[in-house]
Amino acid sequence: MSDVTAEELMAITASRLLADHKVVFAGVGMPLLASAVARHRHAPHLTIVLEGGIIGTTLLPGKLPISTNEMRAAYGAQMLTDITDIFLYAQRGYFDYGFLGAAQVDMYGNINTSVIGTMERPKVRLPGSGGANDIISLCNEVLIVTQHEPRRFVERVDFITSPGYLSGGDSRARAGLLTGRLGAVVTDLALLDFEPASRRMRLRALQPGVTVSQVRAQTGFELLLGDEITELAPPTPEEIVIYRELRDGPAAGQAVTADRIAAADRVAAAEPA
Amino acid sequence: MEQVLPRTDRERRTTDRATGRPSVDKRITAEEAVQLIHDGDHVAIGGTLYSRTPMALVFALLKSRRRHLTVSRPLACYEIELFLSTGALDRIVSSWVGIGLPWGLAPIFRHYVERGEVAYDEWSHLAMGLRYKAGAMGVPFLPTLTMLGSDLATRLDLQTVTCPYTGERLAAVPALNPDVALIHAHRADMLGNVQVDGYQHMDVDMARAARTVIVSAEQIVSPDEIAERPDRTMLPHFAVDAVVAAPYGAYPHECYGRYGPDLRHFDAYAAAAKQDGPAAGLRYVQENADAGFADFLKTAGLDRLAALAADAEELTPR
Repeated sequence: MSDVTAEELMAITASRLLADHKVVFAGVGMPLLASAVARHRHAPHLTIVLEGGIIGTTLLPGKLPISTNEMRAAYGAQMLTDITDIFLYAQRGYFDYGFLGAAQVDMYGNINTSVIGTMERPKVRLPGSGGANDIISLCNEVLIVTQHEPRRFVERVDFITSPGYLSGGDSRARAGLLTGRLGAVVTDLALLDFEPASRRMRLRALQPGVTVSQVRAQTGFELLLGDEITELAPPTPEEIVIYRELRDGPAAGQAVTADRIAAADRVAAAEPA
Repeated sequence: MEQVLPRTDRERRTTDRATGRPSVDKRITAEEAVQLIHDGDHVAIGGTLYSRTPMALVFALLKSRRRHLTVSRPLACYEIELFLSTGALDRIVSSWVGIGLPWGLAPIFRHYVERGEVAYDEWSHLAMGLRYKAGAMGVPFLPTLTMLGSDLATRLDLQTVTCPYTGERLAAVPALNPDVALIHAHRADMLGNVQVDGYQHMDVDMARAARTVIVSAEQIVSPDEIAERPDRTMLPHFAVDAVVAAPYGAYPHECYGRYGPDLRHFDAYAAAAKQDGPAAGLRYVQENADAGFADFLKTAGLDRLAALAADAEELTPR
């Protein structure tokens, strides 16, 4: 797997969760890249929406935005509107997926992007919610993609910036969040979801070559296990090429040399590199 | 618990009514325009993050060394750090404060907020939008389905309302009526009819919510030219107090279709801020804002500005 970075693995795994003809409200970075990969592969009619007021962006390969509020994010868009309007489409129910990263996520899918420590005595004051709170509150199905490490996967987040299932059970609905559900959490180690009754995070599938105990070791809380833990298919050469072309530009695609394809093939065959 | 709004703001807004401004020549300089801003004011800064930020106006405000300001923005960029470094800010109202993702956490912002030297009221992005919208609509709050259940809501003491028709419980986001809004636009005429290309961010609601509206524009055009494309007008003259000619007035941030962001400038700023903290912010203001925006653009150089314009040309439909 040495040829595929953790980020590529996560983005490609996550991209497979997005179905054609749906609308995805994506955060910048990995969620956007994963959405773009899906559009270029199996979901050509996937509509990507960004909070900067941008609907139906196509992105210019090699010129990916670093903000959802810039011209690179708007490239090829079908509609430009204002920020509030985008979120009101979400509130109305139009967006099938909300797609987020997370600095810190807990066993109920609550996300913290506000503070490490307490607000009264912050160790690190993080930038804040941005649109994350709204995306997780208002989109129909929320996907989270983030690196799997104990400092990110904590039992309780220091601060609930963006509400997942709050304290589990029906607490999300009781708080007035009547729509929206957390679909999946994608990491470099695994695919996880939430057990329907307790709403606790549950391991469903492993990235190629990863073991359950490895996932447990990188998780800061007791992880529920699905009835059947499957292994995810490794990224295909096609997916890797699409990803790298998007990230680095068409030149990267043209420069996909025989050895890169061979390397990707090795990955596909899950052979040691 | 911090208060959601300073009490004076709550009291003022119950009688907050906009008045139509006359149809007169409103052209003034950025330096004259910031005379409309007073110590203790709430200043809303248009655009978002590094897009269409009214930097020429921001620089003039920095230079004026106003104090005890509250600044609100949908997403705030490093201009917040500059205000902090000059001691101008008491309070930030936003959903996100940083420089931009590639530059990591904003060190000067962290310095002040972590020490409790400035208040940061963190709202969700939609809540910011609805606060301006409520202000723009002339109503005291708007109901919404966002922010419920979060610690953001608890910390801000966000209230809920029960729908009188269905019994549903919704978050009640309070109106925000800034004392002043600073907006950068593509075109304006001297009367204050304002046109913007591309995404509008929250500028329309922000301006209509504000008591004083200062608009800078890439181009001052004739009223006839505005009337040629009236569908592009986002603010009518009667909602605008001052018009400032400011070509490249969002630099080093981007202006849709005109020029891209100068990311190299960001690199240099972020490196200095990381190394020297608030001292770097103050130095930046002294070297750039205090010298005046025209000199700042001269330092950037015509070649650089032309390259950023070429970036925009590649990325936007012609």
